[in-house]
Amino acid sequence: MKLQLHPLHTEVWFHVGPVPITAEVVTTWVIMAILVLVSWLSMRRAQVRGGWLQSTVEVTVEAIADQIKAILCIDPWPYLPLLGTLFIYLVFANLSGVLPGVVAPTAHIETPAALALIVFFSVQFYGLKEQGLKGYVKGYLEPNPLLLPLNLLSQITRSFSMMVRLFGNMMSHEFIIAIVLFLAGLFVPVPFMLLGILIGLIQAFIFTVLATVYVGGAVSATEAR
Amino acid sequence: MTVEMLSIIGAALAVSVGAIGPAFAEGRAIAAAMEAIARQPEASGTISRTLFVGLAMIETMAIYCLVVALLLLYANPFTQ
Repeated sequence: MKLQLHPLHTEVWFHVGPVPITAEVVTTWVIMAILVLVSWLSMRRAQVRGGWLQSTVEVTVEAIADQIKAILCIDPWPYLPLLGTLFIYLVFANLSGVLPGVVAPTAHIETPAALALIVFFSVQFYGLKEQGLKGYVKGYLEPNPLLLPLNLLSQITRSFSMMVRLFGNMMSHEFIIAIVLFLAGLFVPVPFMLLGILIGLIQAFIFTVLATVYVGGAVSATEAR
Repeated sequence: MTVEMLSIIGAALAVSVGAIGPAFAEGRAIAAAMEAIARQPEASGTISRTLFVGLAMIETMAIYCLVVALLLLYANPFTQ
């Protein structure tokens, strides 16, 4: 018996034209379908005194909005569609690895890379929208125009570190389970899997909080002065 | 010493040495947060949120080491 693991390996299921579709993409599609279906079902006949599904969704959205408001100290609702969706998707994606036969999409580098790119471009978009072109460019020349390369570099490295943090945590957790299962046997990895649930939730929280902090930094740079 | 052996030793060194600093740093951060919460329990929400973000930042260093180790083990540019 030989342990065969590769952190960058992805399993291609089928091809759509020239595009290979991997197992993680299918998992992402299923998560997207579930989230859309639940949102549509809960808000299809929204009432003032809604049912349990509507109330659950409302409580979740309100809680996320409260957290974002506590971090940003400004009105959270313009940023809630991005950040709230990011958090709920990450919770589902990180926890999907618990199901037997399903690989968490975030445990492969493509999904965290895509999410980090989304956050990167949204930070630029919100910065441009809120501060205008002049304030946006001025933000890069901030303490001193000499620091422009460092400011540009920090934009890139923080997106990269977001990607590597999510990918590293989720992938290393899967690796640990695989290695322990290989070395020790059937029921030994169960405590590690319990720890994995905690890690998945915390990483979803951290990714969202960091995205919120970056968006807040881009948006309210003028207000802070 | 072949390149493969050196890569394995390098990967083990990267993780083992690279985990020391973040471990100490996380311990200090958590100790400080505990003290702060003990002094001001009403500020525990803000403190623990900041603590999580700070821990994520510290942990990034260890994860960079892990990525270097995994690159050495699985995607080594010198052995292909």
